[in-house]
Amino acid sequence: MSTSSNRSRTLEEVVQYCESLYEDTKLQCVQRWKAAEAGRRAIGFMPVYVPRELIYAAGVLPVGLMGGSDRVEIIKGDAYYQSYICHIPRSTIEMALSHYLDDLDGLLCPSICDVIRNLSGMWKLLFPDRLCRYLDFPQNFTPEVGGAYYRRELEELLADLERLSGRKVSEGELNRCIELYNHNRELVEQLYDLRAKQPWLVPTIESYLLLRAGNLLPVEEHNELLENYLREVPGSHRRQMDNIRVFLIGSFCEQPPLGLIRTLEKAGCYIVDDDFVLTSRWLTRPVEPGPDPLGRLCKAYLETSTFHSSKYEGPQPKPKLLLEQIARRRADGVVFCAPSFCDPALLDQPMYMRALDEAGIAHTSFKYAENTGQFQNIREQVGTFSDSIKLWGAPSPVRT
Amino acid sequence: MAQAGISQQASVQKDDSMLRQKNMLSDYYRRVASAHEEGKKIVYTYVPGNLAELFLSFDLVPVYPEINSLQSGMRKKSARYIQAAEKIGHSEDVCSYVKSDIGMMLEGNIGPTGERIPEPDLLFLSYTGCFTFLKWFENLAQHYRAQMILLQTPYQGDGKITENMKRYMVRQLREEIIPQLESFSGKKFDEDRLREMLARSARAEEDLVAVLQSARHRPSPIDAYFGAVYYIAPIFTAFRGTQECVDYYASLRAEVEERVALGLGPVTPEGPLSQERYRLVIEGTQCWTHFREFWKMFYDEGAVAVASSYSKVGGLYDTGFRHDPNDPLGTLAQYCMGCYTNLNLPTRVELLEQYIREYQADGFLVNSIKSCNSFSAGQLLMLRELEKRTGKPGGFIESDLVDPRYFSAANIKTRLESYLQMIDQKRSGKVQ
Repeated sequence: MSTSSNRSRTLEEVVQYCESLYEDTKLQCVQRWKAAEAGRRAIGFMPVYVPRELIYAAGVLPVGLMGGSDRVEIIKGDAYYQSYICHIPRSTIEMALSHYLDDLDGLLCPSICDVIRNLSGMWKLLFPDRLCRYLDFPQNFTPEVGGAYYRRELEELLADLERLSGRKVSEGELNRCIELYNHNRELVEQLYDLRAKQPWLVPTIESYLLLRAGNLLPVEEHNELLENYLREVPGSHRRQMDNIRVFLIGSFCEQPPLGLIRTLEKAGCYIVDDDFVLTSRWLTRPVEPGPDPLGRLCKAYLETSTFHSSKYEGPQPKPKLLLEQIARRRADGVVFCAPSFCDPALLDQPMYMRALDEAGIAHTSFKYAENTGQFQNIREQVGTFSDSIKLWGAPSPVRT
Repeated sequence: MAQAGISQQASVQKDDSMLRQKNMLSDYYRRVASAHEEGKKIVYTYVPGNLAELFLSFDLVPVYPEINSLQSGMRKKSARYIQAAEKIGHSEDVCSYVKSDIGMMLEGNIGPTGERIPEPDLLFLSYTGCFTFLKWFENLAQHYRAQMILLQTPYQGDGKITENMKRYMVRQLREEIIPQLESFSGKKFDEDRLREMLARSARAEEDLVAVLQSARHRPSPIDAYFGAVYYIAPIFTAFRGTQECVDYYASLRAEVEERVALGLGPVTPEGPLSQERYRLVIEGTQCWTHFREFWKMFYDEGAVAVASSYSKVGGLYDTGFRHDPNDPLGTLAQYCMGCYTNLNLPTRVELLEQYIREYQADGFLVNSIKSCNSFSAGQLLMLRELEKRTGKPGGFIESDLVDPRYFSAANIKTRLESYLQMIDQKRSGKVQ
């Protein structure tokens, strides 16, 4: 299914290509992919995770939808949402009604929040002839209980996908796709590890654009692109700056505009971990090889999913998991960077802030919308945050 | 516009059932306050998809943080509580129920009767139809360091309850929830006791449905949005499954049937409404900080809610569901998954369309609540769909659950009056 070019690109070419994909809000690359072979199908998915292996194995291209950024003017979408609802659903509706998403044969809405959940119902009302599934992921991680439920849900999803593509998925094909996505996760992890180790080599704007490219490209091509970048970037001779190392959290659904990501780096922050485009990092270990690949996909979800706002962590409290991640990345501080009106991200913040205060880790917070155009205030705020850590180090732990 | 047939009286008017319900809730809060002294354990849980019968079968005392928040709203305390929560990092963007509850906790957890609500021994998280519930209890768990149990209610994404969804819920209940409740309570699960409670639930549900459906009469003897708050409180909270609950609904039904026989309209805080001018179906939750003021805007115009979605958040009974004592765990699962908040948008539209037709409504009004994305996201499309399907005019107003900063009386009144004028014009044939 790949449309891989097998052509090695320079670092600048890789970044430019990713940027052109980022700007492809009308999904022309998906249109080209579909046109290359008769009968190809594509399906959109909202953040934050879907089992792309299963979709791709059915001959359907999984296309990650993350809103319209600051490139889509909202004309129709505002008529569907009140002012106090976040921006991503209105730009998604805008794009759908403006025929930007016509090449998608359906939409998957994972269980992330009430707004995205209700978007699935809106899609059903607006586009009754197109496939739309709400994926209610298990919050019970016992294999015989939540696992059994999830497996049946995936079987139903697979049946829908097979109907869509007219193609029965074999175990062999699913295994092949699992391997492709395992490799993809491995490459993304390499990218994140390299950035954490030598953040001056991998500006976040580049790692971000690389991940966003994975929303549109077939996995084989995305893997090549990541390999290409990882091959080229060590020789880039980029200078190390006197920046602090920050952990960015809260941007897992509606995405910040590129200008905002650039601003954070310009303000003196190396982002050494983040939760952008989490689909490609949701499973923290490879899906195990072996028979019954569907069962192994379920097992991977139950056992290796990352901690996340939309996921129940049971007795393991999320702040503790965040602190472990901060320590692993040796971050100096935390930047809470959440979209306005994002319930999951914003309701996490007080819990995290309290844990950070108790641990003596500095943090700052601000909100954005995907079409935010002014960054001066954020630059000043984050610049001050960065300077304060450089000058005075981390605050003392607060005893509670 | 002129007042529509309200007999003016100085004091707040309540019918017998409202007074009875008020006493039941006062007694309940006293039981909550003294629970720990009496050796009983407190379980915090939520209204939609609540397992009252199961908790009561273990002699546990359920507490509902949403109810505490709405009580704080009605008692004009929520603004201060919300500010207290915002001081510790809660965003102004998020649910005001959560912030009011957390603020109340920070200020000593004093309940509506002036007594302290005990800390939870258990947080029972059944987040039917609302993700914010998950976040809310995560925040409470950090503050209280309390044990938490989760029951996941799968959402009706395709507008139906599948066998897989039901099996999942029953397995959670049988294999995890009940053993954990046994361990927590120190009591063996008594299925026969649960069955008895479920049988009582079904009897009360039968009477509640008769009460809600009485609004098909002209004039409607009840207000199914504002007045219904009093009618749904016992069955949506800690009383379902008790004899007290059965008795309450039997007497409520008798009272309402008498009103039907006498051709009376609903009782408002200013007395019985004698002239029903507009019959409305209302979608959305309540604005508790200005409950009376908001209601007055309606009854002053003779506008009566004949059906509402809010009266279905703790159980959707008028489409036929009753708790079934013969299938105790299966019926709890069905109940949870069937609550209004767990329905997808197309199903919500179908249900409201059915209400508009069955209750011969003049129109459909959305009270869009800033705090509640579960309800609010998609309501503007629902409005369009319902107008298209029924030809009835739709209206749209905005307020909030318990954050008074989002209640603008002048705006709401103007919008409501304009909307009612639109109905008048539609009736007179001036507008198609």
